[in-house]
Amino acid sequence: MAATTETLAQVQEMADDKYKYGFVTDIDSENAPKGLSEDIVRFISAKKNEPEWLLEWRLKAYRHWLTMPEPNWAKVGFPAIDYQDSYYYSAPKAVGDGPQSLDEIDPELLATYEKLGIPLKEQEMLAGVAVDAVFDSVSVATTFKSKLEEVGVIFCPLTEALEKCPDLVKKYLGTVVPYTDNKHATLNSAVFTEGSFVYIPPGVRCPMELSTYFRINAKNTGQFERTLIIADKESYVSYLEGCTAPMRDENQLHAAVVELIALDDAEIKYSTVQNWYPGDENGKGGIYNFVTKRGACRGRNSKISWTQVETGSAITWKYPSCILQGDNSVGEFYSIAITNNRQQADTGTKMIHLGRNTSSKIISKGISAGHADQTYRGLVKMSPKADGARNFTQCDSLLIGDQCGAHTVPYIESKNKSAIVEHEATTSTISEDQLFYLRQRGIPVEAAVALVVNGFCREVLQQLPMEFAVEAQKLVGISLEGSVG
Amino acid sequence: MLEIKNLHVSVEGSEILKGLDLTVDPGEIHAIMGPNGSGKSTLSHVIAGRDGYEITGGRIIFQGEALTGMEPEERAAKGIFLAFQYPVEIPGVANTTFLKEALNSIRRYRGEDELDAMQFVKMMRKKTEELNISDDMLKRAVNVGFSGGEKKRNEILQMAVLNPSLAILDETDSGLDIDALKIVAEGVNKLRSPDRSMLVITHYQRLLDYIIPDKVHVLAHGKIQRTGGKELALELEEKGYAEFDEAAA
Ligand SMILES: Nc1ncnc2c1ncn2[C@@H]1O[C@H](COP(=O)(O)OP(=O)(O)OP(=O)(O)O)[C@@H](O)[C@H]1O
Ligand SMILES: [Mg+2]
Repeated sequence: MAATTETLAQVQEMADDKYKYGFVTDIDSENAPKGLSEDIVRFISAKKNEPEWLLEWRLKAYRHWLTMPEPNWAKVGFPAIDYQDSYYYSAPKAVGDGPQSLDEIDPELLATYEKLGIPLKEQEMLAGVAVDAVFDSVSVATTFKSKLEEVGVIFCPLTEALEKCPDLVKKYLGTVVPYTDNKHATLNSAVFTEGSFVYIPPGVRCPMELSTYFRINAKNTGQFERTLIIADKESYVSYLEGCTAPMRDENQLHAAVVELIALDDAEIKYSTVQNWYPGDENGKGGIYNFVTKRGACRGRNSKISWTQVETGSAITWKYPSCILQGDNSVGEFYSIAITNNRQQADTGTKMIHLGRNTSSKIISKGISAGHADQTYRGLVKMSPKADGARNFTQCDSLLIGDQCGAHTVPYIESKNKSAIVEHEATTSTISEDQLFYLRQRGIPVEAAVALVVNGFCREVLQQLPMEFAVEAQKLVGISLEGSVG
Repeated sequence: MLEIKNLHVSVEGSEILKGLDLTVDPGEIHAIMGPNGSGKSTLSHVIAGRDGYEITGGRIIFQGEALTGMEPEERAAKGIFLAFQYPVEIPGVANTTFLKEALNSIRRYRGEDELDAMQFVKMMRKKTEELNISDDMLKRAVNVGFSGGEKKRNEILQMAVLNPSLAILDETDSGLDIDALKIVAEGVNKLRSPDRSMLVITHYQRLLDYIIPDKVHVLAHGKIQRTGGKELALELEEKGYAEFDEAAA
């Protein structure tokens, strides 16, 4: 990709501010009392004026959560989380009652987003990208709403969707990731505070990229957003989420849930550029990114494609998956995971083939540097009815230095003789020869590393929407700073 | 331009260069010949600043400045270019992307304006035409799947783009067919100028029919054993390196 060149120049400029998103916005927040209880669940639900059914659902999830053990199968290590030592609701005061027009938004907040490179004033924005900006527990602005409404696309905070189209929310919420799914998703079901809702009506090709920008600002808060995207028959949408957080010494929990539903002939492309604060060189602080993302290809010929660039977080635990229910449906997972210093990542995907002639493709690029450790964990499951189903998996790991680790754990379960599963895996290092070659041509060592890594990730970077590919390439360079020399 | 005095270099404990002296003046082309394993590539790597070589004595002065301790990228920015005996593959990185990054890194270092995409494309078009290199080769990943000859031609393209003041060509002629050899030699001759010097490492005097050297050196047993004109290459082709073994024995 030609943009690499421009990117590297920018990486150079940014070399001195390692995590440039690490600032704190000084703003008055309204917090729920610290800790977790049924009362807190009720408090959140009341704050959002939710219907009774949703409160009931949250409470069921909360009670179930109390009975669940911590998941311990992932290859990550961290002290037990004290769930009572965190705030489960935090809203900048002015927007406590949900988003208003941009003119009413606290200028501090607008400035924050500008600093993050996400201007919310429409005239200054990236053309063709609509943004929902979530600050701690609430959405502060959604842009280009009216333009989207013209074609019938609903793009708004989940809270707002409960008023606008409660039936749609009720029909689909929790149908892909049930509240009993896993400890983190269950906690999210009980205390989720915000997230985006997208509905694309039949036959509509969403005219712009949709994107949500998540920002954790407040101290000791967790962020529990829940995103629900429904692509009705023959529709198409491309959606991107980005995330950052201030640098803080203590760990903060981010337990999100994303549910995607694609009906007949519909396609959803979901891209993530995750750059939560990773902690310092010694592993102090950083976000625990425990996320459940799953898409259901319910309709015939439907397609869901996940692309993720995971560079941040102290610990990443996520497996964006596809349930390929409709005949001929297609699932894709393109992933770049970078871990440096003391970061840990256990990430991968699950492709569950239920329908006939379903196909899936997994391309995973893992880069490990410093003392970091990462694992690709993937499941490909061919059910008895998945005649003619096929999967192709390619897992490549790149190691920088000799203190880091990379592991590949592919699970394959095939109950159908006609199904074909292919798996390829490689592990390589950035060679001394490559670095010397690039440096001999005048390219400084950090840019040389970034160049080799961007080359290694090329197949995945190419999947990102143009607007974000450049940003992602920059991140690749920045997150590996200090990994050699 | 380049002045090497009493250079001693060891690799993993064994001494490869044992007191090498070499002076190349501006505008001169020197050829270095010598048996396999005599340390020609070692010398070129040490001039370019590669890690892993222990310099146990002597010094290398480039344009009046000692190179000791200088990073490879800094040497490159100051005008040292090495055409590799074995060019390295960089998967996924397009040749143009790499070249633009290299050129702009060097320009940045020198405090010059970077070339924008347009200027770069224009310049590249000219260079590729001159060297008879296809556009296709520019789009492909650096050296990946290139034939031996294509890799060597790619090195010369890089040299033409980066415009060094000292170019070291380490067996750039090996693996080239006659036509390619002529193109490479033409490329080199075009770069010949009063303020640019070249060190041409080769095993074949044939190359020196096209690139006429000012001096020919024989490197054997860690030292320059003999220096002469173009005719020395012819003599070596006939007699081989046996006489230097006796000299060292
Ligand atoms: N990294 C290394 N480790 C051990 N020995 C090395 C290393 N690099 C070079 N050598 C040794 O140093 C000697 C000189 O090698 P060099 O590559 O410089 O020879 P050369 O003159 O370029 O040979 P050729 O004509 O075959 O290219 C050889 O004996 C080689 O095996
Ligand atoms: Mg050699």
